[in-house]
Amino acid sequence: MTDTAEQPTTAREISHVIVRFAGDSGDGMQLTGDRFTNASALFGNDLATLPDFPAEIRAPAGTLAGVSAFQVQISDHDITTPGDAPSVLIAMNPAALKSDLHRLEAGGTIIVNEDTFEDRNLAKAGYGESPLDDGSLDGYTLLKVPMTSLTKEVCNDLGVKARDADRSKNFFALGLVSWMYSRPLETTLDWIQEKFAGKDLVIAANEAALKAGHAFGETAELGEMRFVIKPAKLEPGTYTNINGNTALSWGLVAASQQANLPLFLGSYPITPASDILHELSKHKNFGIRTLQAEDEIAAVGAALGASYGGHIGVTTTSGPGVALKGETIGLAVSLELPLVIIDIQRGGPSTGLPTKTEASDLMMAMYGRHGESPLPIVAAYSPTNCFDVAIEAVRIAITYRTPVILLSDGYLANGSEPWRLPSVDSLPDIRVDLATETNHVGADGEPEFWPYLRDDNLARPWAVPGTPDLMHRVGGIEKQDGTGNISYDPDNHQLMTDIREARIAKIADTIPDVEVLGDVDAELCIVGWGSTWGAITSAVERMRAAGQKVAQIHLTHLNPFPKNLGDELRRFDRVLVPEMNTGQLTRLLRAEFLVDAQAIAKVMGQPFTAGELVTRIQEATND
Amino acid sequence: MTDVPVTTKKDWTSDQEVRWCPGCGDYSILTAIQLMMPDLGVRRENTVFISGIGCAARFPYYMNTYGMHSIHGRSPAIATGLAMARPELDVWVIGGDGDMLSIGGNHLIHALRRNVNLNILLFNNMIYGLTKGQFSPTSETGKVTKSTPFGSVDRPFNPVSVALGAEATFVARTHDMDRAHMQAMFKRAHAHQGASIVEVFQNCNVFNDGAFASITKKDNRDAMLIDLQHGEPIRFGVDNERGVILDDDGLARVVDVADVGVEALVVHDETADDPALSFALSRLASGPDQPTPVGVFRAVERPEYAQSTSQQLAAAQESNGPGDLHALLHSLPTWEVT
Repeated sequence: MTDTAEQPTTAREISHVIVRFAGDSGDGMQLTGDRFTNASALFGNDLATLPDFPAEIRAPAGTLAGVSAFQVQISDHDITTPGDAPSVLIAMNPAALKSDLHRLEAGGTIIVNEDTFEDRNLAKAGYGESPLDDGSLDGYTLLKVPMTSLTKEVCNDLGVKARDADRSKNFFALGLVSWMYSRPLETTLDWIQEKFAGKDLVIAANEAALKAGHAFGETAELGEMRFVIKPAKLEPGTYTNINGNTALSWGLVAASQQANLPLFLGSYPITPASDILHELSKHKNFGIRTLQAEDEIAAVGAALGASYGGHIGVTTTSGPGVALKGETIGLAVSLELPLVIIDIQRGGPSTGLPTKTEASDLMMAMYGRHGESPLPIVAAYSPTNCFDVAIEAVRIAITYRTPVILLSDGYLANGSEPWRLPSVDSLPDIRVDLATETNHVGADGEPEFWPYLRDDNLARPWAVPGTPDLMHRVGGIEKQDGTGNISYDPDNHQLMTDIREARIAKIADTIPDVEVLGDVDAELCIVGWGSTWGAITSAVERMRAAGQKVAQIHLTHLNPFPKNLGDELRRFDRVLVPEMNTGQLTRLLRAEFLVDAQAIAKVMGQPFTAGELVTRIQEATND
Repeated sequence: MTDVPVTTKKDWTSDQEVRWCPGCGDYSILTAIQLMMPDLGVRRENTVFISGIGCAARFPYYMNTYGMHSIHGRSPAIATGLAMARPELDVWVIGGDGDMLSIGGNHLIHALRRNVNLNILLFNNMIYGLTKGQFSPTSETGKVTKSTPFGSVDRPFNPVSVALGAEATFVARTHDMDRAHMQAMFKRAHAHQGASIVEVFQNCNVFNDGAFASITKKDNRDAMLIDLQHGEPIRFGVDNERGVILDDDGLARVVDVADVGVEALVVHDETADDPALSFALSRLASGPDQPTPVGVFRAVERPEYAQSTSQQLAAAQESNGPGDLHALLHSLPTWEVT
């Protein structure tokens, strides 16, 4: 435990809290939320976060379009979501209050930066009269704090210019919220030193603002607003707080180590996937090569070229990028080479909602290529699960010599949670053999290499350039079974199509059966995939706590499905599938298993909340 | 490292039946390369041919090396990944004018500017062959084809100008009627560390027969091909009677040597840091009916991309030690739960 904070007797103990920081895009709300999250993590709480920001880097200041928010739930017990309605809203300007007030729970606490509630900003947010004075917030606990002027005041003595001091007001807010929830300041102070090393004035200003915010809570007689949330009783181990994209990047690094093959990333910057490119570019000492390509097509092409050369070729993107990569993925299907395509899904179609989450690329992953071109699909269900799923995607790709699509989404990518770090020894061994010898004897009695002779998994040999005696040609034109030579023979095309299908189906041999959680004898089963896991898990817990019988199945492998899935689904009278799309998994389940699965669909750029799901499930079951 | 085995053309020839139209210029290019490979002192298993789509792109099937016949336009990108992953390989990229300059134009220019160690051979026949005769991005304006019955209104690319504009470090041109010249250019391309591009004038005898005849036919060559030689005044003609000068405005112009004197001729410098001269030379002919330079336009040394990448990896391992997964997992702030 790193708890060094004083625990004043006035702090009341609570089990959890949901805090939402909201401000202008330039106000540093993501950073503030992130710092509060990390201090809470190091304090030992369980937590889950929801960064929620606009696509514009700097929308016009003070407008509703420019509001950037960060929601975090911290608790003294195991949680799976960033919570339904925040109990505290920190609004750095009128626009933030206007855009996020509706999320706040009834009677919740609002902390505003009072200085920004002047005519110009009120008008930009569309307020005729200040909501601080017109009685509209009477149902809430309102705390008006002149954060800007208090920050400028403490910075003034340091010789910091007023304009620069204004930039530190988010640290004032962080200091105040840290006081309210008895968070130690040390973690943040250390971080400020490290982050702004060499910029002494910035360090001084941020530290002063942070401490001033903390002192404000202490001196303004806010005693009844001080709380403590004890560390969560988590499984023993070493923990770190990590978001999905970082966990996914580390999963790829781990996969490379566990496969004993170098990793190659071809990528083109795209929200919300770019952070994987950034992270992997840092780890060159792991032998990882990264290429920021000229476009999405080149990115996947280079990854495939690297795979052909014996590396683990990976490309990272979001939906629009997958659309562009489709033809090359089809080539990889035909060449039967390993390739990992990572799709951090976002709202679509077209540019859609680049910074908002959605999970509507499942059908594209499944069918988004011409011809019969099946490939395996896996999906991560939580930020930390991205690590394991990355290793699984690589395992399937190199074992079965196939492109694999890994689906994550914006919510998992940017959301963070504590992760009990696995020991390196516990990670799976996913090594495979590269071809080194000829595998056939020709009619003339001479040894030959046939690139499309298959092993027990129906996988063809991975014979990389540089290997003597195995020179061969591959291509996108249909190949003769065995020899790999061009073939337009009708029977051969049928055979090769069937083999490609069978090879992907065979992957089910090495994936675990689905586990039915909750009440296995329930009539109702909630089936999910991807990031809905947190909300579904929480919703199912609430329903069961209220005495209802509910079962839960969550899928990591979406193609092929686990072998027992059909039998398990058929045991239930009612199968409901919450999805952040219009019912894509639902349609696959209905088509595959002839079960009457019904979708609970949502495409609003926001994840489900547990409360919302409970309501939607009740509505669906009352039909 | 054992010595590279002595090989012959037969060793570099695959068992696949060549399926180009009889009389296609691709045959002579294939033969030139199969005959040349034993001279390069390289191993077959370390040699890879990567192509896109089109008639030229069938090339890898006929070489007894590693090979990939990929998809339309993407071969420079795929080859970039392979060359980065495996810098020790010889990677050749084969494509036509449609593959390289139309659908794959973006990948070509970026492979060139990055200076990836690829030997890119652009078979330019100024027509779409495999789709049976539409105009290509190098077809002349006014070209009447199936898709331009009233004549093409497109302006063509000059592949050498495009390559020079894309910061290429090695640019050459040759043609399918002169095996020795082709081999000389291909050997230079192979020897160059970085991206090399060789434009090969290639006759499509079915859809664009004789497109280059007025300059590459044996009887016409002396008068119409300007054989660039590094360090030499640029001269050509049956009796070397013609030459090239640079105008005051920097444009290259063909002159009679007798009119200007030998001293006035521009001396070719393929190693010039600035590509201006090479570019001016590339603009001498706007079509294969005018005196046209062949040979090496530009050959300069720049850091090679895969080597630069490998150096960064080596430097990271030098300063941080080899990757330690346990340390990576513990690199963010951690806490213990007991």
